[in-house]
Amino acid sequence: MATVELRFSAQPEHVRTARLVAAAVARRAGVDEAVLDEVRLAVGEACSRAVGLHQSGGIAAPVTVMLIEEEKEFSIEVGDEARHATHAPGDAPGAVDEAEAEEDEMGLAVISGLVDDVKVTAGEDGGLIKMTWPTAPPTAVLA
Amino acid sequence: MDLSLSTRTVGDRTVVEVGGEIDVYTAPKLREQLVELVNDGNFHLVVDMEGVDFLDSTGLGVLVGGLKRVRAHEGSLRLVCNQERILKIFRITGLTKVFPIHTSVDEAVAATD
Repeated sequence: MATVELRFSAQPEHVRTARLVAAAVARRAGVDEAVLDEVRLAVGEACSRAVGLHQSGGIAAPVTVMLIEEEKEFSIEVGDEARHATHAPGDAPGAVDEAEAEEDEMGLAVISGLVDDVKVTAGEDGGLIKMTWPTAPPTAVLA
Repeated sequence: MDLSLSTRTVGDRTVVEVGGEIDVYTAPKLREQLVELVNDGNFHLVVDMEGVDFLDSTGLGVLVGGLKRVRAHEGSLRLVCNQERILKIFRITGLTKVFPIHTSVDEAVAATD
């Protein structure tokens, strides 16, 4: 298992760097060229969301991106350190900022529309979005 | 690549030509441009996205915000886009039903529906 780890301070200008690095590593790992646009967009969405969560929560810690190359798949994990308020339907209105929640959902909507294999976990000490794509090693293509 | 913006007037429409990448970093510039145009009384906008290489949900949010602003003045916001990679984002978010999307600036400028 080969891994590239990227950590960047929660600034919007670094999201582009994360997209470029992720696409480069994905290409090297054997992710189909046609899917690279989706990888770029999905990782950008996940990073933008993490940057937003860190900025609104006043969190100084960096956003973490793990690019994990495995035998037949390539995964990207974008981790944030924001406390995710778990809100129940019965919560008082205004418990969660609605505009922020909407933006958050738009990003997640794009990710889930793009990526078939995506897992979102969130808790008191941070959240993680894990996205996985299949890879085709050159030897398999020749068969 | 950064974001490039230029505007020109065609009849009663204002064409905003956008180039480069619209993401969480550059989207605020596009938002400012749209807000300024509406504040100056330009309520019929055509956003030409043919030069856009990348668009994310932040950019979509700005376009939706622009649409809300012009609609408050009974205006319109039309998009020009032929790029499949960009159109796909509008489709998966259901925004193809919200924005009229044209294949050329001429077509968008002539549209009246």
